[in-house]
Amino acid sequence: MSEEGHRDRKGGVMQKVIMGNHALSYGAVVSRAQVIPAYPITPQTEVVSLLSELCADKVLDAKFIKVESEHSAMAAAIGASAVGARTFTATSAQGLALMHEMIHWAVGARLPVVLGNINRAMGPPWTIWTEQNDSLSQRDTGVLQFYCESIQEILDTVILAFKVSERVYLPSMIVLDAFVLSHTSENCDIPDVRLVDKYLPPYKLKYKMDWRHPHAFGGLTSPDWYYELRYKIELAMEQARGEIRKADLEFKRTFGRSYGLVEPYRCKDAELIVIASSTIAGTARLVVDELREKGEKVGLLRIRVFRPFPCDEVRKILKTAKKVCVIDRNISFGHSGIFFQEVKSSMYNSQFHPPIFGFIAGLGGRDVTPDVIKEIVEYTESHEQPEDKIWIGVKR
Amino acid sequence: MDRSEKMKLTIPEIELMTPGHLACQGCGATLAMRYTLKALGQKTMLFIPACCWSVLDGPFPYSSLDVPIFHTAFETAASVASGARAGLDILGDKETNVVSWAGDGGTFDIGIQALSGAAERNDNIIYVCYDNEAYMNTGIQRSSATPRHSWTTTTPEKHPKTAPKKNMVDIMAAHRIPYTATASIAYPEDLIRKMEKAKSIVGTKFIHIFAPCPTGWKTPPEICVKLARLAVQTKVFPLYEIEYGLQYTINKKPRGTPVIEYLKLQGRFRHLTQDDVEEIQKNVDREWEILIRKAEATRDLANPSSA
Repeated sequence: MSEEGHRDRKGGVMQKVIMGNHALSYGAVVSRAQVIPAYPITPQTEVVSLLSELCADKVLDAKFIKVESEHSAMAAAIGASAVGARTFTATSAQGLALMHEMIHWAVGARLPVVLGNINRAMGPPWTIWTEQNDSLSQRDTGVLQFYCESIQEILDTVILAFKVSERVYLPSMIVLDAFVLSHTSENCDIPDVRLVDKYLPPYKLKYKMDWRHPHAFGGLTSPDWYYELRYKIELAMEQARGEIRKADLEFKRTFGRSYGLVEPYRCKDAELIVIASSTIAGTARLVVDELREKGEKVGLLRIRVFRPFPCDEVRKILKTAKKVCVIDRNISFGHSGIFFQEVKSSMYNSQFHPPIFGFIAGLGGRDVTPDVIKEIVEYTESHEQPEDKIWIGVKR
Repeated sequence: MDRSEKMKLTIPEIELMTPGHLACQGCGATLAMRYTLKALGQKTMLFIPACCWSVLDGPFPYSSLDVPIFHTAFETAASVASGARAGLDILGDKETNVVSWAGDGGTFDIGIQALSGAAERNDNIIYVCYDNEAYMNTGIQRSSATPRHSWTTTTPEKHPKTAPKKNMVDIMAAHRIPYTATASIAYPEDLIRKMEKAKSIVGTKFIHIFAPCPTGWKTPPEICVKLARLAVQTKVFPLYEIEYGLQYTINKKPRGTPVIEYLKLQGRFRHLTQDDVEEIQKNVDREWEILIRKAEATRDLANPSSA
């Protein structure tokens, strides 16, 4: 982007009230994304319409490719990334499902594409409201996943995700709730692009498509080698944990903000810990404060990074709790909520594992209000035997 | 002294394909690649979806080509190339030829959406379809490029294909891209000229190369080139080019060998009746007549690029 693009007159940080979707766009702008292939879908549309305008206006020096599907969006992102261009795209729900094959491809090809996904429930029936089943269906692809709670966090995570992805050569997905966050406006610091330059060095691909060095990428690989390539992806995921922590610390030093892999809130002496992600965590924080005032020892653990899963952090924080409840705005049919499963499996082999209750709430964008969260806390407090799948507010 | 100074070579000397590839004997697709790279030269990169060439280049860590290859998912030959072109452009490389290299299944069937998208945007890529008229890599299943009456494992002799071959060239021409052409491995000079022309044009170029498959067509490997030549001579696969989707030029006007001369050499047509052959001849004659009329009707058009 041009040097003057998004600074205020004093040359510092620009404050702007923006919607969640535009936080993704500005994140891509200050990260100097070079190729943006995208296809529209409600509720993601504003992300790409702003970017297409900024590219056309040359505010961002990037190629915007108006592809004919999300499958092609991710395919084009892969092609651009493979020749050494920093690449961003965004989608939602059906679009993400259509991209699925190519998310596997970006991971296998070890290309650090960054994409935004607005959590929207899957059809049929047609729906546009929030739910996490779209992004969580990408769980086993090898894409890094960040679940955001605020507008600022979205923008900051785009920058951080490029840094981490380009270190470990895996793609990243930044996830936010449909409407509740995508179409909510908040005040946001849009950092000076020169400050971002200091934090995020230019994208350098170790092995790229270049006629001077002709290699064949992704050719037929026998069982003698495929296994090792998968092992290396897992090593990169493990490396990503450390890289996220490092990038987060450096982010704090550069921009004065940090997020961690998880965000514990009043957990130190908490007897009951509520686990939530995305915007439900914001509502839960309010409930925790209210219950604390009444003398109840309740805390909140927000899980921000889903892949790689922050097992160590979760174990450490839950160690001293007497009870845990996990709120899932998603469900793995035939089992239970997905964050619940992840938390439970992280705890099983540790010495201390409190009873963990699993709650399903807010599917298809049903409001998860403070009262809903209080009901979840009361249920957990009043039951001794933990249950895997408690449906809150379902009309039976 | 350069050999080209001693005698006039009609085919560039440069070799970017080495022996050691994994193709079947007499594979037409290998000749298609060899001639294409001779024409395009070293500054070329290939984007290859699932097709015979995704195997026959050689397994990891080997490659039989001296240009970079990015293997990609079946339906993405065009879209991955579009992204690569955009990436190279923004990085300041306008020179490298970005080539999608796909079979007929990856072009006529599963990849047509991405190809249509790239063509509509007029992305600056060369899209090559090497057409062996079926899914050969998976073991000879019909594609929409398989000709009517042909045997494949999904169109057995008792139930041969009833639908005609899809006219992919006209579909591409309908996008009004700057250059669309057919080519054949039996006419290397013509193929190379077309590739060189494609290289010189900015925008989407579509080259449809006829590449017989001895394994899938049930023919002896040594007659591969002969079959490709017969396909042109019988007018089954005419050689022509279309500029801006409007101006048709026929490059070879054969006298018209009867189609039976082409069909009788192939096991995939072994079951044809006299009536079938007559019907095929009629269709070939009609298609040729349509092509002649298109070429005549568009001959006097002003350069369509300025329209």
